[in-house]
Amino acid sequence: MSTLQHIAAEQTPEEEASRPRSARWRFLRAVVANRGAAVGLAIVLVLIVAAVLAQVIAPHDPMRMGAGPRLAGPSLAYPFGTDEFGRDILSRVIHGTRLTLQIGTIAVGISLTAGLLIGLLAGYAGGWPERILMRSVDVIFSFTETLIALAAVAVLGPSLTNAMIAVGIAAIPFYARVTYGVTLVERNKPYFEAAIAAGAAHTRLIFVHLLPNIIPPLIVVATLGVSTAVLAAAALSFLGLGAQPPSPEWGAMLASGREYISRAPWVMIFPGLAIAISVLAFNLLGDGIREALDPRQRKE
Amino acid sequence: MVSSEVHPALNRTADGGRHAARAARKVVLSVEGLRTEFQTSDGVAIAVDGVSLEARQGETLAIVGESGSGKSVTALSIMRLIPSPPGRIVAGEIRYGDLDLSAISEREIEKVRGNKISMIFQEPMTSLNPVLSIGRQMTEAIETHMGLARQDARTRATDMLRRVNIPEPDKRMRQFPHQLSGGMLQRVMIAMALSCDPDVLIADEPTTALDVTIQSQILDLMRDLQRDFDAAIILITHDMGVVAEMADRVIVMYAGRKVEEASVAEIFAHPRHPYTRGLLRALPVLGRPSSGDTVRLEEIPGIVPALTDLPVGCRFAPRCAFATDTCRAEYPPLEEKARGHLAACWHADQIAGT
Repeated sequence: MSTLQHIAAEQTPEEEASRPRSARWRFLRAVVANRGAAVGLAIVLVLIVAAVLAQVIAPHDPMRMGAGPRLAGPSLAYPFGTDEFGRDILSRVIHGTRLTLQIGTIAVGISLTAGLLIGLLAGYAGGWPERILMRSVDVIFSFTETLIALAAVAVLGPSLTNAMIAVGIAAIPFYARVTYGVTLVERNKPYFEAAIAAGAAHTRLIFVHLLPNIIPPLIVVATLGVSTAVLAAAALSFLGLGAQPPSPEWGAMLASGREYISRAPWVMIFPGLAIAISVLAFNLLGDGIREALDPRQRKE
Repeated sequence: MVSSEVHPALNRTADGGRHAARAARKVVLSVEGLRTEFQTSDGVAIAVDGVSLEARQGETLAIVGESGSGKSVTALSIMRLIPSPPGRIVAGEIRYGDLDLSAISEREIEKVRGNKISMIFQEPMTSLNPVLSIGRQMTEAIETHMGLARQDARTRATDMLRRVNIPEPDKRMRQFPHQLSGGMLQRVMIAMALSCDPDVLIADEPTTALDVTIQSQILDLMRDLQRDFDAAIILITHDMGVVAEMADRVIVMYAGRKVEEASVAEIFAHPRHPYTRGLLRALPVLGRPSSGDTVRLEEIPGIVPALTDLPVGCRFAPRCAFATDTCRAEYPPLEEKARGHLAACWHADQIAGT
């Protein structure tokens, strides 16, 4: 129950004042009631704090070569060890969170916005816009996301920004499908017809009636999508098509540490763990939100 | 049994007078020869075939028929809510003032919908948007149609909730549909429908989803409000009991066509179409079976024919006890059989006499 109010509260700021403020609070509590989601949320918060305060908490300059001995194992001075240029890996991992969160939000932002527009338009308009849009989506859907991302990077050129765009574009069909599906379900519900009967015009039907009902499932999809995007961008960077040296992007760190894996495994272990943990965190959080939004799980 | 005296379900006519002023009432909405078709995989289904009706100010017109008779499609056609494709209004006029609602643009119909002609639906629980507060949904229509500022719209919405007897209207305005009961929500729907002071209110089985005690409350409320607002009500129902309680005039539909039309007293006292007669005999009446000899409720054998595969001649003939070769060969014209009483049956007079 509270979740619906929570979403509605976001949609209608002018009424927020008149609504009990505990609604948002109760939603958060419902999410955190799931232990996995609580852990996920905690890790995500840690990532955000690390990203914001990277300058302050990182013990060394992530870019400075020769800050310490080359390929030194973990020690008190360099808890995660150093890489082949003597850079502090802990500092690089901490600064890497900035890039990771950027990739996650920008890539998901791109695919969510485009996918939402396409799916909503196709589902609402029906007829030929629906056929053209959804068939195109189906065609793109039939290729794997990595392949599309690779093609996009090939066209745009290798760089971290382009990798984000590429990962974002590659995931559009998925978001479009989800939005389309939810839109079809919602527009066939009686309240939609009732809203038309009450004289609502297109814009009102879409933005006031459909959108607030479509957002909840998309929040779940987007949270889970962050982890996919992080993973895909790391893969691109690993292939040398994303972040370029000396950027402390985790995927790129894996790629450059590849040669030293037998001699100095920490060069790959820590960035690899960082990717795994952050992906896990977003998955747990997404799952928790989905459960909190699931009406069958709700208790009053 | 039922024929010559007034049908017991219609005990209301005893107080009389209600229909006296009928002729003087202004016609606010008239439908002429409406024909609505649906493209289906089995061919064209003519859901509404040449239906005409008049809705008069302050009067309730009931449209009765079983599922698939075209009563709801008639209502949706008036509101231009037929999903297209596959549906289409292919012929007929829907006159409201000097507008023909079947021909005007989408933009123009939006100004009429919810404003001059509004509708309440069968399922109040699902007819309101679950994520918007009652207040938001009510003020929305008022703001668009009446051009009121948000605060004034809120005041009006609260007033409307009070008028449909909702306690604590201020609190209800802030609540969400799931926090209200079905009967409450139907009151909200009625308040919304009347909030812009419409000329015509179309109620599509407004009490079907509600339990019986709430049903009668809602019907009472609609009757009271009709007196206050002086709107024409088009009441779609399959419940002859509701018709008896609410209607002034009755249209009986069968397989997309109007088969009978008369005042409510006429319909109950002298049904002239065998289908109407069947509907009335299928109605249980409190205290009718005199002690000892119980009377079985009659049923109408068979089912409504598929709209894509209609019989030649009278559509009711396959289910009709009175059917003759004429009935099976030719569709009977809708004729005035008595003053103000239309029926489409070759044997109307014979049926009136039974």
